[in-house]
Amino acid sequence: MIRLDKVSKKFPTGVFALSDISLNVEKGEFVFLVGPTGSGKTTIFRLLIRDLLPSAGSIFVNDFDVVKLPHHKIPILRKKIGFVFQDLKLLMDRTIFENIILSCEIANMQKQEAEKKTGEVLEKVGIADHKDKFPIQLSGGELQRAALARSLVLSPEVILADEPTGNLDLATSWAIVNQLCEINKKGTTIVMVTHNVEIVKKLSKRVIGLDKGRLVRDESPSSVGRRTSEDQVKK
Amino acid sequence: MVLRTTWHNIRRSPYQAFTAVFIILQTFFVVSVFAFVVFGSTKIIEYFESLPQIDVFFRNEARKDEINTLKTQLMKSGKIANIRFVSKEEALKIYQEQNKDDPLLLELVTADILPASFHISAVNINDLSAVADSLNKSPIVERVVFPKQVVSKLIEWTDALRKVGLVLVIVLGLDSVLIMIIIIGIKVSHKRQDIEIMRLIGATNWYIRWPFILEGILYGALGGVLGWGVAVGVLWYTTPYLSSFLRDIPVFPIPSIFILQALGVEILLAVVLGATSSFLAVIRYLK
Repeated sequence: MIRLDKVSKKFPTGVFALSDISLNVEKGEFVFLVGPTGSGKTTIFRLLIRDLLPSAGSIFVNDFDVVKLPHHKIPILRKKIGFVFQDLKLLMDRTIFENIILSCEIANMQKQEAEKKTGEVLEKVGIADHKDKFPIQLSGGELQRAALARSLVLSPEVILADEPTGNLDLATSWAIVNQLCEINKKGTTIVMVTHNVEIVKKLSKRVIGLDKGRLVRDESPSSVGRRTSEDQVKK
Repeated sequence: MVLRTTWHNIRRSPYQAFTAVFIILQTFFVVSVFAFVVFGSTKIIEYFESLPQIDVFFRNEARKDEINTLKTQLMKSGKIANIRFVSKEEALKIYQEQNKDDPLLLELVTADILPASFHISAVNINDLSAVADSLNKSPIVERVVFPKQVVSKLIEWTDALRKVGLVLVIVLGLDSVLIMIIIIGIKVSHKRQDIEIMRLIGATNWYIRWPFILEGILYGALGGVLGWGVAVGVLWYTTPYLSSFLRDIPVFPIPSIFILQALGVEILLAVVLGATSSFLAVIRYLK
């Protein structure tokens, strides 16, 4: 589903954001991408949607060879990926409903179907009551749900969630993560960037760790679960 | 959706929208006035060209048979399209008609003191000089009035007017394009963040460009129609004054079909101007 082969990214400033990263994410997996600030997590996401080009290596998402993708096909790739941005990236002068239906309109969906799907995802993430409000009128958690709803509306096969629980209280964070788990159970591949250690430990999912642009950890769900149990015993 | 986004963009910055429409209004006001002036001046020239081009006044002693001989000679030359003879009596009638409000002038003049005349039209305006020269040599001719210079002066002025009008339209057209590029460019810059978001969620370049191009088309069409409307209003208001000034010259009323054709052409030009300007702006600012 997602494959990175010896991917490096050097910014024009000379800083290496990623060095020789290789990893595979299979269809239906739930993967946490962890690491300190500046470790290259968001850079990987930006490479996956061709917002950036790598300095070296190759990237595949579904059947797309992302690096060699012609410019006019980039929108097609992006429509196949649901993206929850770290800074949400909602249009402030449009209502929540308009923000979400925008993805459907961009995908040339029929108006009726678009309205139906938008209504469904709003219901699914629990903010249907706020559909006519503007982003500024919503709380942080509600905004995160709106961003999640937008990433879901085109029923993508993969969702990239960049710190979807950042700046949220624990209860709201769990609500968001539980929704992602529900979506994952239906077969959607999810890659989630997070700093929330508690969520990572409790969910026992695969964890990929980055530090200074290098892959420093790739633990399977079983080893994460085992380590969590050991930590609890030590306590 | 595109229309909704366009309307949204216009509502968000009404002053910019007003400026864009106003500058196009000015351009198409001048275009309309220019079209009416071209129409009017063409009619004026046609009128003068259709008038007898040479007036020949005969001496009092000229006999009827001498006049007829001269007429035959002129017609045989092949250069003359038409000759109309005006007798002394007819000349008096014309004089009386022209001065019917001034009894003093009517009392002083009789048919005897008015000369008989020919009103001659040439086939080719370039032959007028030669015809006038040959008539001047005739012993029965008192005077030849040759209004060619009036027509050529009129054509000169009209040509100059058309050139000035054309330059004015081109300069205003360029002004409109540049101002529209700046206005749409500012709008694109204001929407930079939204455009970035749309791109990240899969919008194509054309999906992003269309609302701006449509906005330019709307400004163009609205400015074009308003510019035309103002010019027609001015024309309607000034028609009585111009009609009395031009008297017999049949310029007014300007036919409705011409005015409507001008509207159609201007809308088309305005739409092309608006679309081109906004397209250039989005190409420039959406790099």
